[in-house]
Amino acid sequence: MKRAKFVMASAVILVTLGWLGYIGAMESKTYYYTIEELEKVGGSADSQRLRVGGDIQAGSIERLRGRVDFVIEQEGRSLRVSYVGTDPLPDTFVDGAQALVEGKRMPDGRFVAEKVQAKCASKYEADPSGKPGYGAPEGQPKAAPAGSDRKS
Amino acid sequence: MDVFGSFALILAFTCSVYTVAAGIAGIRTRHPLLLKSATQAGIAVCLLITIATACLVYLFLTDDFSLAYVAGHSNRDLETFYKVAALWSGQEGSLLFWSWLLSLYAVTLLIANRGKHPELMPYVTVIVAGVQCFFLILNVFVASPFQVLGTTAADGTVQLMAPADGRGLNPLLQYPEMVIHPPMLYLGYVGFTIPFAFALAALLGRYPGEKWIHLTRRWTMVAWGFQGLGILLGAHWAYAVLGWGGYWGWDPVENASLMPWLTGTAFLHSVMMQEKRGMMKVWNVWLVFITFMLCILGTLLTRSGIVSSVHAFAQSTIGPWFTGFLLVCLAVCVVAYLKNRDYLRSESQLDSMVSRESSFLFNNLILLASCFAVLWGTLFPVISEWVQGTKISVGPPFFNKVNIPIGLFLLFLTGVGPLLAWRKTSTESLARNFGWPLAGGLLAGALAWPLGFNDVYALICLILSVFVTLTIVSEFTRGALVIRARAGLNFFSSVGHLTMRNTRRYGGYVVHFGMVLIFIGLAGAAFNEDVQNEVEPGSRMEIGPYTLEVQSLTSRPAQNYTAERVTVDVRRDGQSLMYLYPERRFYPVNEITGTMVAIHSTLKEDLYVVYAGRDPESNRAVLHAYRNPLVKWIWLGGIVVVLGTVLGLVPNRQPVVVLRRAGVVTGQDAAALTPEPVGAQQRRVHEATD
Repeated sequence: MKRAKFVMASAVILVTLGWLGYIGAMESKTYYYTIEELEKVGGSADSQRLRVGGDIQAGSIERLRGRVDFVIEQEGRSLRVSYVGTDPLPDTFVDGAQALVEGKRMPDGRFVAEKVQAKCASKYEADPSGKPGYGAPEGQPKAAPAGSDRKS
Repeated sequence: MDVFGSFALILAFTCSVYTVAAGIAGIRTRHPLLLKSATQAGIAVCLLITIATACLVYLFLTDDFSLAYVAGHSNRDLETFYKVAALWSGQEGSLLFWSWLLSLYAVTLLIANRGKHPELMPYVTVIVAGVQCFFLILNVFVASPFQVLGTTAADGTVQLMAPADGRGLNPLLQYPEMVIHPPMLYLGYVGFTIPFAFALAALLGRYPGEKWIHLTRRWTMVAWGFQGLGILLGAHWAYAVLGWGGYWGWDPVENASLMPWLTGTAFLHSVMMQEKRGMMKVWNVWLVFITFMLCILGTLLTRSGIVSSVHAFAQSTIGPWFTGFLLVCLAVCVVAYLKNRDYLRSESQLDSMVSRESSFLFNNLILLASCFAVLWGTLFPVISEWVQGTKISVGPPFFNKVNIPIGLFLLFLTGVGPLLAWRKTSTESLARNFGWPLAGGLLAGALAWPLGFNDVYALICLILSVFVTLTIVSEFTRGALVIRARAGLNFFSSVGHLTMRNTRRYGGYVVHFGMVLIFIGLAGAAFNEDVQNEVEPGSRMEIGPYTLEVQSLTSRPAQNYTAERVTVDVRRDGQSLMYLYPERRFYPVNEITGTMVAIHSTLKEDLYVVYAGRDPESNRAVLHAYRNPLVKWIWLGGIVVVLGTVLGLVPNRQPVVVLRRAGVVTGQDAAALTPEPVGAQQRRVHEATD
């Protein structure tokens, strides 16, 4: 009996929260596409809020009055983006950085972004030589040829 | 040094495998020497990992850039303080640090419980060592921090090399909070391993009663406290360093840290149901299991790149390892539960909707709902990709819509729950306990409304905050008045006595009060405002009651960066209040810039000024000013929560036996004085060993 009451009350709470969650999700849902997918889906995507990722093409950043134009590339495909948001672009927004742009696509194919996230993840993790680091397998003698300035 | 460290880790791995093997053999054969050797090996693991960690720190301090990890996260100019902190600034080091913290927890556990609980400890030792094994596998075989830089030539020889200088530490991490925040969070994440191990051990060994809960109460509180502190420090770092004017953005990495905290909070409350009434045994066991698995999931989300995050963590290959480990944990938990679930039968039933029990049930329901919503929102891109083939993400509106009402309901329960009686509460006691706190809350709301407190949620939050604070005050006052009457002390030492007699209860109230302060601070966000303008020396900006007048733009070099700084004169009513110096710093080593936010923080509001950079065309400086009311209350609340948690960890002082004068003490007062509410005394016997 008491259990039934509790279950009822819980159900009311959960349904309310579920409903709120549904509204919130509808309001803020953003479709994530790769540039290639975006080209395929055609016009139906133009009404949706979109998020597209890619690398910023070197030399493509053009800072204009009230907006910043740039091109992002991914797997050989590129997308022209105009950033119109009010927040200044992040410090990590530089040539070659990975960028995630959020906004809508215009009928002419240009992407108008209200938000831009950028990160240069590779910057901190990459080997200074630009090649993947090689770790000598544990327990095996590490060959240190002459000329190596490695301290022992 | 790197070879030494590597070997220490390999040995640690061997020892921890031995701990697991000898422990299992010991449980089977009940051979005391096997069990003893397992414990000793567990202690050795800690020593060995400590050595490895010390080696890595030494390599950082001596600028040994032949090591990939050191070269990638430090440079010669870096301050010594940050060289040590660089230990946990990247993946390999973080995992080693994680391993090390786990081994410290384990060794404390083993030493504190040496010779005690012979039925339970072998299981606990094996489970903790099992988790340790997993992390050591990562440390040794998958993401070793001791990898050296080098290339392989065509003939297979390895050419080692060391760059002249390292790549430096990410400047965003060169900030004191960023040094403390990860260790705190890790202490939380790792700490939940201990209650997890006890719960699983009790289930596997069919250990009678609630003893595992008594044994783990302090461990859980410690882990929970660290987790909460870690989250708040992270929020403060985001606020003070990232320069976007906020402290919480529902980013996947933030969510990952919040989820175990939510289930941990649920667990801290629901264990009381089991201790006092023998209910919710299955629920409690699963809450700990889930909390632990959420900790692992958190790391998986942070490290694997499944969900995109603004946190610039590298996407790496360790994701599958964590997924595998998560599945193994889940399998072990499910099997242990299915095999021994008859041992978790409940002893009592829910008696009334208006009772302490039901308030705990709702508290748990709502915390779990919140956790589920956060998890759902975080994983939504992954789920939608499975279901629909399209990645769809949900943003802050989703999280806020669900979590704000949940937060307010929790706040309401915070006030109501502790004053409800176990089993059933009568209507007149409801009126007596809640009458004037509720009136006080409503009065505060009525006063605040005309003063511009016109956001519905913020207004409800204010009413509830006052209500909860008044119930807490009334609890302290009621108890203290009784003590004063009987022991003849003054009011304040009565409060002290009261608190020390039942630190768990009154520490809990202090934590609740801290949460109230945090809620007030969060409600302030409803009234945030901001302006952004291009400025030059002499130009002015208005925000709220403040006028910001730019005095100058200067450039100055520092040890490893060059700073460009704006001097802003903050004026109010024509009077100059102070100068603020928002800065942009350029770090030549990493070729990136960082923002130093200037914050003028008062209890009423924060004035938060960011030098956002120069407009590329006009080359004029862009200044972004925010007025964020009540933010400081969040940090103050955090301090109060930590103090309350520490208070709850202090052992109770035994009350002096005083003869009761008949007729003076009411039932409620007696409840405030007895260390545990009625019905708990027989269970308290176990607590003596706590």
